[in-house]
This record gives sequence, structure tokens and C-alpha cells, in this order.
Amino acid sequence: MIRLRKLAQASARDMMVLAVVVAVLALVPFGVSRFTLSVAISALIFALAGIGWNVLSGFAGQFSFGHAAYFGLGAYTVAVTLTRYSISPWLGLILGGLVAAVFGLLTGWISFRFGLKGAYFALATFALAEMLRLTFNNFDFVGAGIGITIPLAGGDDWARIQFEDTPSLQYFVILGLVALSTIAVIAITKSRIGSMMLAVREDEDAASALGINPLRAKLIAIAISGFITALAGGFYTQFLLFIDPDLAFGPFVSVLILLRPIIGGVGTIWGPVLGAGILSVLGEVTRSLVREPPSFLQVIEGVNGLDQVLFGLILIVVIIRAPDGVIGWFHRRRQADTA
Amino acid sequence: MNPVLSVRDATKRFGGLTAVNGVTLDLGEGEILGIIGPNGAGKTTLFNIISGAIPPDEGEVIYGGDRIDQLPPHRIAARGLVRTFQVVKPFSGLTVLQNVMVGAFLRRSEHDEAEDHARKMLEFTGLAAQSDRPAKGLTLAARKRLELARALATDPTVLLLDEVLAGLTPTEGAEMVKVVQSIRDGGVSLLVIEHVMAAIMALSDRIAVIHHGELLAIGPPAQIAKDPGVVAAYLGEEFQIAPD
Repeated sequence: MIRLRKLAQASARDMMVLAVVVAVLALVPFGVSRFTLSVAISALIFALAGIGWNVLSGFAGQFSFGHAAYFGLGAYTVAVTLTRYSISPWLGLILGGLVAAVFGLLTGWISFRFGLKGAYFALATFALAEMLRLTFNNFDFVGAGIGITIPLAGGDDWARIQFEDTPSLQYFVILGLVALSTIAVIAITKSRIGSMMLAVREDEDAASALGINPLRAKLIAIAISGFITALAGGFYTQFLLFIDPDLAFGPFVSVLILLRPIIGGVGTIWGPVLGAGILSVLGEVTRSLVREPPSFLQVIEGVNGLDQVLFGLILIVVIIRAPDGVIGWFHRRRQADTA
Repeated sequence: MNPVLSVRDATKRFGGLTAVNGVTLDLGEGEILGIIGPNGAGKTTLFNIISGAIPPDEGEVIYGGDRIDQLPPHRIAARGLVRTFQVVKPFSGLTVLQNVMVGAFLRRSEHDEAEDHARKMLEFTGLAAQSDRPAKGLTLAARKRLELARALATDPTVLLLDEVLAGLTPTEGAEMVKVVQSIRDGGVSLLVIEHVMAAIMALSDRIAVIHHGELLAIGPPAQIAKDPGVVAAYLGEEFQIAPD
């Protein structure tokens, strides 16, 4: 408790922002349709996965192109422990986080030991996620290519994180996980380990000249990162009530995860959440635009896949205009104004 | 003299080139030992050997009673032997304060303690006014100070300074000399590579001259300035210590 209070004092501004953001997001479920609510839930799931990615790739500077590995391990741990051993998904979430952290430590140790950096490290993470996808596709114990279906509990079941009657409760659970992970990230940015990660990101030689063991800093980052992203994956299973190798480990999952912090701001506390918000709104806007276009755009009505094309085009523009994310763009604007 | 750091017959070859050839020297407690030599003489390679960046092919480095020549750089730094880089390596994406806090965190686990200590180091090196600026926007002189502040924040016992005066104006250089002297007054032993002759002559207790990777001479500045071998190899003409 004392540590928590100290943290609150040391990072009063970040904690205030957190309180405001959570308060605003807590209003979302009121008066929206079931569909909008599920869009909001999946936005928060990928925000959470992005928060995890951001620890390794944003703060410690090791760009991962395969965070689906952690996401999928979290998702499958919850699915397997629940369906085979009747373990509550709450415990499953923690177990999944630990499995992912251990996977990160092992694969990270090998990758970093052999000095993989930049594009080579990114490729290695991509390959590892693909390896898991192919393995799970042929692994009968986890349902192979068919995947695992989670049985419906019926009604509101806190132990199973299933809320048939009151779906907004599921929203509050994922919002809680996002808030907790954000507190963890704020604590990291104020800690010695956070300082080590930033130093290693900026210059490994200079960092080791100041007594930092770069391998250790990267391994701590990958374990924390994998743990948080696996929480998102585990929750995803309870949200979809189904998981298969593509949904868990597919390359597009890695892309969905890293897009959030990249759009919001890599290596910032709020980047992943902001990015998730922007991308969800953008996705819904392009979808409804194609579904019900204004009269002068009648031609695009119902064209299959056009919303995705629009979405992609807008993304390209955003990345060209704000390569360091929306938060970075704001910072540059502010610096330009004060200069 | 009570040596805190001893280099014994250190040799390093790169292919056919012997960059450092059988160098032996001691750094006394509280001493400033200057290292001079023409470009390519092997001064920075010697630093790389001592700081663990490159292990020597032969010979040993003894610090605090232990051989350290096979340890990785971070372990050596953690023992209190810390270097700066000739080509400064600021953490450009961080603020000046964050840069120095990285050093301060080596011996402090709490954020506030590390920040207090870092601010003291910034005060000491005259960077306090720029604490919250991004390191990337600093002038060369300020970046050299930052490099020094960051190393100092680790509470070193021995500090290796690689050309902290290079590229500075005479005024900036004079200020830096004062900073280095007060570091020594704080009980730190220093090994200093420098090209600016007047500064190194005034600053050092002893000077080691390295030429073609070999130790040519070692002794007090006045003696080095008169050494015929040194004069021929490096100084080119007789050097007068600036009267002060």
C-alpha cells in the first residue's frame, strides 16, 4: 500500500489521466447497442494487447512482429484449462500470462543471446508465432485445426467471466484489466527497470558502460510484455467463446496488436489505448460509410471489402502525417508552437 | 603509490595490426593519469580493453584486487570503473535528466533518490538549466558534459575520460578542466585521454605517452615534455608548460 501511495505521488499526472480516462470509458456501455458494446470490448482487448507490445517494442525498443504468439498462448491457456480441467478463466488468465512470460524468456534468451536486433529480431518473432500456429494446427490435445469451443455457462457467471444477461459487465472486466496494466506501465516508467529499458533502446553500448546488462533488461521487458498481451488473449477466448490457431496466432493478429500503439504513439503510456480508440472509430466509420453512403457516393454502397480499402488508405495517410503516432504529432506541434 | 587500476602487458591485435602492444601502467588512488599519443596510437583501444568492450589478446587488467579483463562492460561498470566515449553517446530520445538518471539508478533503486542524485550531478556539471530538454537538441559542449554527468552519477571509483575536451572552445575547455579537477578532489581516480596539450599538461599528475601501440614514456608532465623520445615521436618540438 505504501508503495502504491508513493507511486501515486510520483506520477500524479499520469494517475489523474488514468482516472479520467477510466471514468469516461466507464460511461460507454450505457445506452449503446449490444453490437457497439462488442466493438468497444474488442477495442479494449487489442488496446490491452498493444499495452503489452509497447513494453517490449516501445519502451525497450525491440520491435516484435509476432506478438500473436503471446496473445495465442494466453487464449489457448484459458481455453484448455477451462474445457479440460474446469479451471476458472480468472486463474487461466494468470496461468496464460505465466506461460507467455516463460515462452518470451526462453525465445528471447536465444534471440538476444545471438544478438538479433531490428528487422532480424522482428523476423524471429514472426517466425515463432507462425511456428506456434502450425504446431497448434496439428496438435490434437488443443483441438488441432478445429479449435476449441467454450461451453456457454448461461446467465451471468462471474467465475467464468461470461455475462449473457448483462454484457456490459464483461466490458467492465476488460476495462479493469486495461486500467491495471496501465498502472503497471506507469510504475515501470518510474522505476529503475524502466530506465534500463529506455537506455537499452537508445544505445546498448552506452547503457552497458553505465552498468546495465542489456540482455537482462530485454528479458525483463519481454516477460512483462508477453504476460500483458497474454491477458488480452485469454480474455479474447472468453469474449468469442471460441479459439482456433488462426484467431490466436495468425499474422494479422500480430498486425492488429502492433497497429494500436503505432497509431497512438510508440513508447508512450497512452499510445495503445488512444490508438485502439482511433482505429475502432475509424473502422466503424468506414464500415457504415460503405453500408449507407451519402447520396453522392451511392456507387460504393455495399461494395465488398471497400471499407477495408478505405481503412487502409486512411491508415497510410495517418502514418505519413504522424510517423511517431498521434501523441508524437501533438508533442511536435506543441514544441513548434513554443519555439 | 597505491594503484587502484593496473594494466599488465596488455596486447590487442586486429588482423595484422597490433593496436596495443604490451602496455603496462598503474593508476594511483586519487591520481589523474593523462594518456597522449598521435591519432591511431591505440589510446582508445586501451580504453576499450580496460572497460571490457574488447578483451585483450594477452595481458591482464587488475582492478580492486581482481582480474577484470574477461568481464563484460556492464559488470566492470557496476564495480565502479566507468568510461565516457570519445564519440559521445547520449540517449537522444530521453531528456537530459532521464539520461543522468540512468547512471544514478546503478546504485539507487528508488526513483526519487535517483532523481535527486541526478539533479546534483547536473548542477555539478553546469547542466541544471537544461534538465528537461531532450538530449538530442544539445550543443557538443553540453553533450560532453552530459556524458560526464551520466558517468559521474554511477558513483565511480575510477573514471576513464576519452577526449572530453575535444571540439570545445577554449572557454568551454577551461570550464571542463575545472570540473575534471573537482571530480578528482571528490576522491575519484582518473585516466584521461586528451589531445589538447596545454590542458592535459596542466591537468595530469603523470602522463603516459603511447606510440604505435606501445608505451613510450610515463612520468610527470615536466619530464615528459623534455623526454627526447617523446619530443621526436609526438610533440615535434620542445613543449613549454603554460605558466600560470
